[in-house]
Amino acid sequence: MSKLDKYLRTDQMPHFACPGCTHGTAWAAMIRSIEQLGLDKNKTVMVCAIGCAGRLPVYLDFPSIRTPHGRALSYATGVKLANPDLNVIVFMGDGDASAIGGNHLIHTARRNLDITAIVATNEIYGMTGGQYAPTTEGGRFASTAPFGMIENQLDVCKLVEGAGASFVGRGDVYHVRELKDLIASAITHKGFSLVEVFTTCPTHFGRRNNMKKPSVLVEHLKNLTVSKKQAEKMTEEEVAGKLLRGILLKEERPEYVETYDRLAGFKEEGESV
Amino acid sequence: MTKIIIEPNWCKSCGICVDFCPTNVLELDISGKLKVVDANACISCKLCEIRCPDLAIEIEED
Amino acid sequence: MKDKVLMQGNQAVAEGALAAGVKFCAGYPITPSTEVIEILAKKLPSHGGRFIQMEDELASIGAIIGASAAGKKSITATSGPGFSLMQENLGYAAMVEVPIVIYNAQRVGPSTGGATKPHQADIMQTKWGSHGDSPRIALMPGSVKEAYEITIKAFNFSEKYMVPVVILMDELLAHMRESVIIPKKEELEVINRRTDVAPQAEYLPYRMDETGIPVLPPLGGGYRYNISGMIHGENGIPDLSPETIDACVRRINSKLDKYYDDIVIVENEKNESAKIALFVFGSTTRPAKGAIKKAKKAGIEVELIRPITIWPFPEKEVREVAERMDKIIVAEMNLGQTAGLVRQAIEGKAEVVQLNRVDSGHISVDDLYHKILEISS
Repeated sequence: MSKLDKYLRTDQMPHFACPGCTHGTAWAAMIRSIEQLGLDKNKTVMVCAIGCAGRLPVYLDFPSIRTPHGRALSYATGVKLANPDLNVIVFMGDGDASAIGGNHLIHTARRNLDITAIVATNEIYGMTGGQYAPTTEGGRFASTAPFGMIENQLDVCKLVEGAGASFVGRGDVYHVRELKDLIASAITHKGFSLVEVFTTCPTHFGRRNNMKKPSVLVEHLKNLTVSKKQAEKMTEEEVAGKLLRGILLKEERPEYVETYDRLAGFKEEGESV
Repeated sequence: MTKIIIEPNWCKSCGICVDFCPTNVLELDISGKLKVVDANACISCKLCEIRCPDLAIEIEED
Repeated sequence: MKDKVLMQGNQAVAEGALAAGVKFCAGYPITPSTEVIEILAKKLPSHGGRFIQMEDELASIGAIIGASAAGKKSITATSGPGFSLMQENLGYAAMVEVPIVIYNAQRVGPSTGGATKPHQADIMQTKWGSHGDSPRIALMPGSVKEAYEITIKAFNFSEKYMVPVVILMDELLAHMRESVIIPKKEELEVINRRTDVAPQAEYLPYRMDETGIPVLPPLGGGYRYNISGMIHGENGIPDLSPETIDACVRRINSKLDKYYDDIVIVENEKNESAKIALFVFGSTTRPAKGAIKKAKKAGIEVELIRPITIWPFPEKEVREVAERMDKIIVAEMNLGQTAGLVRQAIEGKAEVVQLNRVDSGHISVDDLYHKILEISS
């Protein structure tokens, strides 16, 4: 039962995520943006890999491919180059996208291939039981950071911006009203688009960091992010330590396949020169 | 009046909808089951619907 | 293109791929295979295909699996270190039954080894390099001309059996130049994957008919199904019940047993008076023929057995030869990877004599001739 049933493999529901895991909130926002845009689900390929976030295609009634850990973007690159008419959406967790798949993330962003990557950042490896991720805030606890996280926290948005992405956005599951439109803007954008969505893992991150209650963890995101617009009116001290939310970057740049086809004189077989 | 539809088999009783409802429409009962306790108070903000991680709540407006 | 062309082994692979209908190549430069991606980068667009240089070999093979899942015949080219990086995704392709072709120009190993020198030491890795039991076909052409033909064959097998196919050459053959007669398009046998798909309402991607080969329509071509490296049932959805695990692992591996006779290609001219057989492959094919001629002049009869298909290993054919021989010389540019397979196949029916060169020099006519003399005296 859901207005979104036509996008779901309802026989696989309820999905497998733990109670209060808000990856599901991000999934739902993405589905709603697909609905809003009226994308043909037959022509919208979901590419995911491993981890809690990567499980998504099991529940979505789309053509889908679940790749080895970290490799989703490289598979998506192949899908898009094989058939540029498809909408290609890659949904990954933060570890999947930025640790094991970090190199693919950098280079997919750099190429400006017209695919949309959604990265669900919950700052933890949930599926394997709560190890720290590149995105874990300093001082947070994880099963492999029993004395607190000592590494620098990776800013996924800055990374892909530096790599040359032409659309970068950030949202979170507290400010959930903004999410659907943000993802829709990313999908509509011609070129590589990335949306980082801060999600929550009460089971592993929350439990180890005094935020076991799902809503408390979601509430925590309220203070973690600040919209780009709001931030413009705030002092430097007020913004310090907060992550910007909204469309952080949007530029029109030549898209990979369009440029390739033009320069290489690509023609489909049977097409006259 | 708005209609609050709960899919009991999909709901995992995480309580996110309950805690963020601005008008206290929802509650988890003693067994953890999600209940509508004050449907009249619903202002159709749909925060429960869009925040539910399990796609288990829908608000239908007349 | 003229009918008769002087070309390099790597070029033959690229041209063979185009003739087979390749529409996508993703690659990462690595000696001694790089010419393949250079040629395809230039030629694919005019053949209705696209090329992309990826950030590493993991991405290259990932991209070709993605492109093939979307319906396009795809290839990548690499060598030892890159092939090692591809093992994860190679196992994935075998598991999900998406056809791909990987060209591996073997170079000196282990590790970085030697980029510009040949070895034939990736034979075991080709079959066992990724975790778990999974099928793949590996073909080893023996000349530049054969490289062209075998590349087409590799695509045909891959599409027909929905399995990854590895073309195993070595640096020697990769950079050797020979005349290749290019057959006319209509003379070529080009096989495409099945398209006889059931209507969406009844369709299950991994429901098998009597062929045991799945029908996977292009992703985004109107069918909605899930491709997953997790153990999956007929519907492509993960299922870790012991029954499904058992059925999945057994079925994907049994495909090659079922079609063994079609897949296994061996060159073997029977010689009733021979008591010695020479087992070689790849670039050692020519020296082997030279050594057999030379031995004949010296009054020693030797029979050639040369697997073109190395995986599945041609056990039946090797055993048949062993039954008629006293000794089999297994000559290879590694420390005995296939000698072990030969021993296993022949179950003691003949003595296995190893000739292994790992100094990066090719196994010469004289190397083989001296070995023949040594064991026949």
